[in-house]
Amino acid sequence: MNALNDSALNQATSLLLAPGGLDLSALDTGLGHAMGPGVDYADLYFQRTWQESWILEDGEVKDAGYNIDGGVGVRTLAGEKTGFAYSNQISADALADTGRIAAGIARSGQRVSPQAVHAAMPTRRYADVDPLAGLSAADKIAMLKTADRVARAADPCVSQVSASLSGEYEVVLVRASDGTLAADIRPLVRFNVSVIAVRDGRRERGSAGGGGRYSMARLRDDNVAERFAKEAVRQALVNLEAVDAPAGQMPVVLGNGWPGILLHEAVGHGLEGDFNRKGSSAFAGRIGERVASPGVTVVDDGTLADRRGSLSIDDEGTPTQCNTLIEDGILKGYMQDKLNARLMGMAPTGNARRESYAHATMPRMTNTCMLAGQDDPDDIVKSVKRGIYAVSFGGGQVDITSGRFVFSASEAYLIEDGKVTTPVKGATLIGNGPEVMQRVSMIGHDLELDTGIGVCGKEGQGVPVGVGQPTLKIDELTVGGTQS
Amino acid sequence: MSQAFDAVEQQARLEARVAQALEWAKQLGADACEVGASVDQGIGVSVRLGDVESVELSRDQGIAVTVYVGQRKGSVSTSDDSDESLRAAVEKAVAIAGYTGEDPASGLADAALMATDLPDLGVHHPWPLSTDDAIELALACEAAGRNVEGITNSDGASLSSGEGVRVYGNSHGFLGSQRGSRHSLSCMLIAGHGAEMQRDYDYTSVRDPAAMLAPETVGRNAADKTLARLGASSPATGRMPVLFAPELASGLVGNFLNAIAGGALYREASFLCDRLGESVFPEWFTLREKPREYGAMASTAFDNDGVATRDNVFIDRGRLASYMLSAYSARRLGMSTTGNAGGARNLRIEAPLMSREALLARMERGVLVTELMGQGVNGVTGDYSRGAAGFWVENGKIQHPVEEFTIAGNLRDMFANLEGVGSDTDTRGSVHTGSWLIGDMMVAGE
Repeated sequence: MNALNDSALNQATSLLLAPGGLDLSALDTGLGHAMGPGVDYADLYFQRTWQESWILEDGEVKDAGYNIDGGVGVRTLAGEKTGFAYSNQISADALADTGRIAAGIARSGQRVSPQAVHAAMPTRRYADVDPLAGLSAADKIAMLKTADRVARAADPCVSQVSASLSGEYEVVLVRASDGTLAADIRPLVRFNVSVIAVRDGRRERGSAGGGGRYSMARLRDDNVAERFAKEAVRQALVNLEAVDAPAGQMPVVLGNGWPGILLHEAVGHGLEGDFNRKGSSAFAGRIGERVASPGVTVVDDGTLADRRGSLSIDDEGTPTQCNTLIEDGILKGYMQDKLNARLMGMAPTGNARRESYAHATMPRMTNTCMLAGQDDPDDIVKSVKRGIYAVSFGGGQVDITSGRFVFSASEAYLIEDGKVTTPVKGATLIGNGPEVMQRVSMIGHDLELDTGIGVCGKEGQGVPVGVGQPTLKIDELTVGGTQS
Repeated sequence: MSQAFDAVEQQARLEARVAQALEWAKQLGADACEVGASVDQGIGVSVRLGDVESVELSRDQGIAVTVYVGQRKGSVSTSDDSDESLRAAVEKAVAIAGYTGEDPASGLADAALMATDLPDLGVHHPWPLSTDDAIELALACEAAGRNVEGITNSDGASLSSGEGVRVYGNSHGFLGSQRGSRHSLSCMLIAGHGAEMQRDYDYTSVRDPAAMLAPETVGRNAADKTLARLGASSPATGRMPVLFAPELASGLVGNFLNAIAGGALYREASFLCDRLGESVFPEWFTLREKPREYGAMASTAFDNDGVATRDNVFIDRGRLASYMLSAYSARRLGMSTTGNAGGARNLRIEAPLMSREALLARMERGVLVTELMGQGVNGVTGDYSRGAAGFWVENGKIQHPVEEFTIAGNLRDMFANLEGVGSDTDTRGSVHTGSWLIGDMMVAGE
């Protein structure tokens, strides 16, 4: 057993278990409490997070916050039933209490013994560092002040600048009755700039940001304060020029990178295992069928180095992988956690995620991307007589049963006679996932991932995710502007 | 599957923790300090297709310490309020205040504004509900819905029941606490097959379990709403009136409140900056806040600054009569707090109310919107563009379901063009309102 050579596991053991007087053998006792009569699987999820945020307004860092949270979540499965309880204490008593409560989901049946640990060494997708320790307080404040200075210097219309630097050091350890023992050290940092620009009594916002699973020092070395400040100002100035957006169905060209939120909403949620097991997704039972245009290949890839949506292991301890969801337009697979994979006779795909120890796992996305095609992005725009070119988005939502989804542009332009012309006000785009994906007619060769800003919400739980895509043309999509 | 929760005991414990943190902050050199703490415990069960799907016991607690050293501020929060952790949190907060910049507006609210009378507002109604009873209620709810002809599948029914305590104290000597409860039951059903599938849901959410809708009613409502969506088409593109169902009209009130919140105003991030005293709604429309209404969903005697809550009038006969301010945002704006640290509580509308039928007749031709999707509201400009689903209305009558369209406008125009408020008041949330008829919006569909 090579578990003792696993640096993440050693760190997790000393940060999560040792303070409460526990060691790895105490986890077997904990599992024993949870594996009551009729329970066929149980897992213990230990987590501690140290979060920090620094916020600049009016040129000063006026507010800084620090949060420490931690605890253990105990889940039991009995057939399709789930029992769940958690405690913010990590101790033998807490394990006994939560274990017995979770075991109550089944009242009778056989007692199954937990399997002995068969530890695997997952490939690490990011460094196991404390990202908050990488920069001094003075350096953090200096970054924020740089963003303020750069934004205000960029244009006299800039009247308000706010910037934030946040980071999270998360340590998790999973022990499950199927023999899983795995740990993960998950750094996550982010820098954001938001500006208000005012001209002739008109006010508009622009914002930019990003980050990933690495140290705050890298944010400084990447010069994000300056880059995001300039980008936020550029966007606000574009929006000051924006005219009312058109309304109705028309061709839409989506820029590369963050507009991949299209895939997250139109395809991603509908391919999560739970919805398909229950038959409530518009994609249920359609594996092997055409659900998108030829040339469309969509993957969910948790393995991308240092990305915001990446994980070395998921929250059930399964190593993440690159899962092909749609290949050349044909539906290939779903994203699974252990429960839904087992009930559907499939394998877990490394997509089990939870917001924290106080939330139960569900199948969730990691980084969802469309692979590059052959088309030149300029040719894609040139092919449109009248339509919309949308390059930045606020957020989206989907009804996985009917397949209807929306996503709201925060920076968009008219395309007239093959040329990008006037900026238009943000408008919501609406379509039906399986239909819209079959109207993708051109795919650029310029695949790009987003800058690291996504948060996905499902049943009240938020998790960091990534998206990406090349420039795309959708032949017809409903644009929710105000001009007929 | 249960765990004892004694709210009175928890209240006493949290009050002691808050007092302890305040004492340590003083010892460690803070000039002022405020501490908020809460603990909530509950049970949640979900059932699907007549069987238990999950049983979850939750217990969430947290304590947040904010210290002021001169005009500098530091904040720390933690879920662990043990002596060791809490003292470390206070130390860390003081250390952070050594790095942050001077903020002339920072600090506690004025001592004279602290709430002094803390009446029982009737919001704590524990429900000694066993897991088995909770499961029975959820099963009855789902079964009633699934028994309606045409329902083909289910996303299940869920019941959650919980209670908790919230304590806030500061170095003025204010210490306030409040116990509360929340119980809800929801059901989501599916009708149709394949590409024709539709889903919808209904719920009941109350402070006092005695006020809960019958499980069977929730299930049947969910079924009726789901079936009504079958066969939806996309409406034609054009300008027309839009009738917002009550649960969505309360969202428009929410959009308005976001625009008069102090934080948005001092950041110049609101389309209602500098509009105080001006006409924003029709003159027949008044919007009041009743934060001390007995038994109401959001009632509290003190806000998140410890300031006594009071009745506010935000819209007085159409005019923007007051912003919604905390002590901090008020100082930033050179105004006085309105007791709204933490938001607005219990919004009530005064207007001549019309029946749903009368509103439809008045609309003549347009869409009744029963679902909105996405985040297409720009608080800076008031621009509004959201995905929608609902019903096509012609000759003042509902004709057929519609979906996959957007409605767009600007909140300034939408508020000014409010043509009627329905008597079909939804009382489940903090905002009580009926349907809103908005005169003229852009609908984009086919």
